[in-house]
Amino acid sequence: MEKHGTLLSYIWGFASSIVLTLVAYVLTEIHVNSIHEAIPHEILIPVILTLAVIQLAVQLIFFLHLGAEKGSRSQLAIFIATIIIVLLIVVSSIWIMSNLNANMTPDQINLYMQDQGSF
Amino acid sequence: MTAAAHEARANDRSIFGFWVYLMTDLIMFAGLFAAFAVLRNNTFGGPAGHDFFNLPFVLEETMILLTSSFSCGLMTLAANRGDKKQTFLWLAATFVLGVSFLTLELGEFSRLVAAGNGWTRSAFLSSYFALVGTHGLHIAVGLLWIAVAAVQIWIRDLTPFTASKLNRFALFWHFLDLVWIFIFTIVYLMGAAL
Repeated sequence: MEKHGTLLSYIWGFASSIVLTLVAYVLTEIHVNSIHEAIPHEILIPVILTLAVIQLAVQLIFFLHLGAEKGSRSQLAIFIATIIIVLLIVVSSIWIMSNLNANMTPDQINLYMQDQGSF
Repeated sequence: MTAAAHEARANDRSIFGFWVYLMTDLIMFAGLFAAFAVLRNNTFGGPAGHDFFNLPFVLEETMILLTSSFSCGLMTLAANRGDKKQTFLWLAATFVLGVSFLTLELGEFSRLVAAGNGWTRSAFLSSYFALVGTHGLHIAVGLLWIAVAAVQIWIRDLTPFTASKLNRFALFWHFLDLVWIFIFTIVYLMGAAL
């Protein structure tokens, strides 16, 4: 069982996760405190999402020891398949629901909400 | 096949089986994330994320959970080299950090409910409580698991069998930290930025 990692790999994973978290946090604080001027919204959102994905990769490698070696190859395969399902669920939900919103007039939405007993 | 090799293979298989469970759990979280993403603007006159999110507080929660993930990793290193004392030490550290994370989270929930902003207030708050609360429930189950594992090691000693259980617990705990990265980014950071 060599795939359990070493002390060094855990320290690397921990240190880089802290740095990635702090960078995302500080960027968001600058954005909020400058009333969205210093870092525009269109830049902040992709940047912090990318930082989260990098941290995901870091922790998968250093904490969960997911890699291409023989022991964890099947784990990696099922993980990739799961990520595809996750993206399908999340992206298509957002896509369909925003499309629905865009194709309904505010009056239609109000009528629908009344019909559903929301008001 | 030698007994040790047999055990190692059985251990690998149980790790793989547990990994498959974690992946199904991930799909459940995907559903909750999708619901949150769709409902995040449906505040129905109630507060939006940027009205009550306290970023330094959430950063504190994140750092506590991240540190517990690290101490959990050190616990598996100790367990795999058969060091019972160190295993207990890092297991205890993980437990204490997990409890403080859960205490902070429940504190935030009770403040929201006390202010009349519970899960019935709006679709946004329903999806927020469902997503963050499900993660918190997993943390609570993990804490129970630590307690059971500690008793088991106390009684049955640190054998390859109990060590393999600790390895699966570690997988679970690291997985919860992975999910939290996205709760931190998508719910809190993006919620405060909007």
